[in-house]
Amino acid sequence: MINDMNPRDIVGEFQETVLNLYGGMQRKVFYTGIETPYPDGKLIVSTTDPTGIITHVNQAFIDMSGYTEEELIGAPHSILRHPDMPSAAFKDLWDTVKKGEKWQGFVKNLRKDGGYYWVKATVVPNIRKGVVVGYTSVRRKPSRTKVEECMKLYPTLF
Amino acid sequence: MSFLFTVSPDFTPDRLSGWYIFNTWLQKQTGVAIHLEMYSGFNSQREAIRQDEVNLIYVNPYDAAMLVREKGFLPLAKPVGESDEAIIAVSASNPVSDVAELAPGIRLAFTDDPDVKMMGMIMLEPGDLDADNMQSMPCDTYVQVAKHLLRGEADVGIFLAEAYDGVSEMIKKQLKILVRSQISVIHHSLMIGPGLLDKREQFQQCLLGMTEDEKGRGVLESLGFKAWEKVDDEEMEFMIDLMDTLTI
Ligand SMILES: Cc1cc2nc3c(=O)[nH]c(=O)nc-3n(C[C@H](O)[C@H](O)[C@H](O)COP(=O)(O)O)c2cc1C
Repeated sequence: MINDMNPRDIVGEFQETVLNLYGGMQRKVFYTGIETPYPDGKLIVSTTDPTGIITHVNQAFIDMSGYTEEELIGAPHSILRHPDMPSAAFKDLWDTVKKGEKWQGFVKNLRKDGGYYWVKATVVPNIRKGVVVGYTSVRRKPSRTKVEECMKLYPTLF
Repeated sequence: MSFLFTVSPDFTPDRLSGWYIFNTWLQKQTGVAIHLEMYSGFNSQREAIRQDEVNLIYVNPYDAAMLVREKGFLPLAKPVGESDEAIIAVSASNPVSDVAELAPGIRLAFTDDPDVKMMGMIMLEPGDLDADNMQSMPCDTYVQVAKHLLRGEADVGIFLAEAYDGVSEMIKKQLKILVRSQISVIHHSLMIGPGLLDKREQFQQCLLGMTEDEKGRGVLESLGFKAWEKVDDEEMEFMIDLMDTLTI
């Protein structure tokens, strides 16, 4: 289950749109132009079950997303989906990790307060005794030049 | 027949005798004959692992994946409160205050400590710096890394945070930290392998009980550890997956 965003949580002037998520789910989101800088020296870590439901987050994930741990655990990972991200990126992510391979890419994430943050993400399958039991994503600070390239490229992928 | 125990070559030099004391204690407690072999570098240690000569190892997180996935090792314990963190530092006289201001072509000093180097390189990535656009200055010790910075022979240094914190105040005053990692889930661990696996629980109990008597506490002190804490299989698998995301 994923709830619509709440206008009362939003900080600053915002726009509104509806995201069409996997499995026919829809989510109304509100987003602002306010960027939260990536915290130096930290990794943002989360783990999902095989379907993309969040099962673990670290403190940096909680701090950067603006949600509480209770709100995150059990939610689909698309809770961070930003409308500026082309769905082709996530199709590539899922196609890659389902083959058992690592995926790496630059992602703009949506915060609970409507702001955003850019990350360089790496996703790997968690294989235990030969079975994929979930996926782990570890994000690090992206370089500004790479982010600027993505800001040019991603709008062309819609 | 005696089993072979080895320690990751990045151990703090002051702790060399501590590891011998620990090995003597471990043999007394478990009744198992164990020979401690200290290899001079990662390459010779990895070769011994490849030849299946090693049965017990205090291992760098970088080598943990190979030990678990290719050699059938399992985790025993890790030192309480210790995690591997890295620091990116420059000379205090360097006007740069952010990794993003560093230019390609800079001279990078580092040791061959694999997990620290990996974390350091990740912290340099935001400045578009990688192995291809920096000049490498490999060093034997962190003190050497510091000296290269002070003498202006290197522009940037990668340090194990603990080693950086341990250098003299006089040197630290002449250095400047650009980034300190706060990862907290990457750590060295003691792992047990083929030949000794049937003794895993016995070894684990001995290690976790070390704080309970004076002898054990003395041995821990000589290693610079407060206590051992159990590492279960899933915690190790999680760290291996995490390391896997960081090696690309
Ligand atoms: C381990 C893991 C981490 C993910 N992290 C993110 C993330 O940080 N932000 C995001 O928008 N999608 C992330 N995704 C992708 C989402 O599952 C989802 O595919 C994406 O948000 C697009 O939504 P949709 O698939 O419902 O269209 C992650 C997926 C996995 C498996």
